[in-house]
Amino acid sequence: MTLSPNLKDDPQVDTVWVEHVALIDSIPRWLAMLGLAVVVIVIWDLATARLGWVSPIILPSPGETFSDLIFVGKNLLSGGYMLTALWTTTRTVFWAFLIATAIGFSLGVLVGETKFGERAVMPYLVAIDTMPKVAFAPLFIAWLGFDIASKVALAAFIATFPIVVSTAAGFYAASENERMLFKAMGASRWQTLIRLKLMTGLPYIFTGLKIASVGVMAGAITGEFLGGGKGFGALIRESASMLDTPRVFSLILYLSLLGLALFFLVALVEKRLVFWNKADRPGGVG
Amino acid sequence: MTMAGPSHLAAGPAEQPRPVYQIERLSKTYARNRLTALTDVNLALHKGEFVSVVGSSGCGKSTLLKIMAGLLPPTTGRVVLEGQPVTGPRDDIGMMFQQATLLPWKTTVQNILLPIEMRKGRAAAKAAIPRATELLQLVGLGDFANVYPGELSGGMAQRASICRMLISNPAVLLLDEPFSALDELTRDFMNMELQRICAEQHATAFLVTHSLAEAVILSDRILVMKPRPGRIVEEILIDLPRPRQLEMINTPRFGEIVAHIRDLLGKEAFQ
Repeated sequence: MTLSPNLKDDPQVDTVWVEHVALIDSIPRWLAMLGLAVVVIVIWDLATARLGWVSPIILPSPGETFSDLIFVGKNLLSGGYMLTALWTTTRTVFWAFLIATAIGFSLGVLVGETKFGERAVMPYLVAIDTMPKVAFAPLFIAWLGFDIASKVALAAFIATFPIVVSTAAGFYAASENERMLFKAMGASRWQTLIRLKLMTGLPYIFTGLKIASVGVMAGAITGEFLGGGKGFGALIRESASMLDTPRVFSLILYLSLLGLALFFLVALVEKRLVFWNKADRPGGVG
Repeated sequence: MTMAGPSHLAAGPAEQPRPVYQIERLSKTYARNRLTALTDVNLALHKGEFVSVVGSSGCGKSTLLKIMAGLLPPTTGRVVLEGQPVTGPRDDIGMMFQQATLLPWKTTVQNILLPIEMRKGRAAAKAAIPRATELLQLVGLGDFANVYPGELSGGMAQRASICRMLISNPAVLLLDEPFSALDELTRDFMNMELQRICAEQHATAFLVTHSLAEAVILSDRILVMKPRPGRIVEEILIDLPRPRQLEMINTPRFGEIVAHIRDLLGKEAFQ
């Protein structure tokens, strides 16, 4: 692009390559995102409020949705009943994530580190994992009642499997050379487990935790849909049954903030803990 | 075929140096597939000597190295280092692998101290920091002590792994194709560095490689191995003067030695 003009006129130069920068590369990310949002909202507005192609019961106009968004936001900020509902769901998600992490990590270590786990336990885990786990919801409700416990159980149940698989994979991740190095240093099994396999496994484990953080949200809301209670899921179902579509939309949006918060919390911890895992590592394990 | 002692004494005095590592009538048969990996291997490494093993893949040279490192038990035979039979990994055995294998979550100096930390704990590792710093200076990494391996080049990482090998003052250095993952220019340079470091430390080194040029330029003696079953078929004394220089690769004598080994190995490969 920064080509001196005289080079083009130089008779000695017969080929001049000019590299063009693609338009999308010259736009900052935030502007591209904003642009897309504006386009989508304009089309949305045209289809609903302006031209009336879509019934407001099916899809409310952006204006309606935004005003409801503000209403829900005010309710949340003033500590209204919606905040109580959000708090219930947050607690559900928190406990479910904690339980899923504890059980998933333990099972992952069992499967990844022991022959017994790999040969005897893993086939059962795979079998259970292939089942549609939401189908277990009525069982959890029957066992644990309509309170928060049954939702925690369902959400944890869904979120456990990705953690098991990623932890097991993580414990396999140490290279042959690294294992040999630890053996040559006379490391005990425990030392190898903690100082090598756990450390090399951390990036894998965090991948599992991120998948689990999404799964735990889905599990908690499904549980609240099916088992009632006082959470955000029950609120959404209630609004939907009253055909209050704008409310459903704004509740989902606020709910997504909870999911995002959990996801980014996990990502933040990962960034702190797995500080070395950036780009390529030419000198390291590779 | 010469079966004499070493041609070169690093330590200087004219007396026969004591054998550091001694292997007699060693054989290894894998129980799993009844494969004879090694048969009747005899060798002695003397103080300050650099010995290489060359051979095609599958000739048992890696198995031999693992047995010498105490990572693999022999089936029969005597394996003795400094008068003590090798029955498992020991801290007087230094080892280097094809990859630097530095832990990316530890700084260079922490990586170097790792063997001490594993065997004797954190306090001992902390006490060894001056020694680690000294070694880093020896390999020219003085300024990189507190850098993470991700910021080191391949050659620098291997130099750090040399320090990790030397930190516990091992009696023998076992080198498993240490520079095979590096590009050729870096590799040549690192081989010269290795020669310098071994000379300064009066190290006894045992190198497994499939690069004939590398073996010839570094070694006092080369053991040529052949497969099925893995055995040493010839021992070649390298009479090139010390210190070795890369230019020696172009001398007729160097070419003769390489041609001789290639001839030995080549016959096997096409049988």
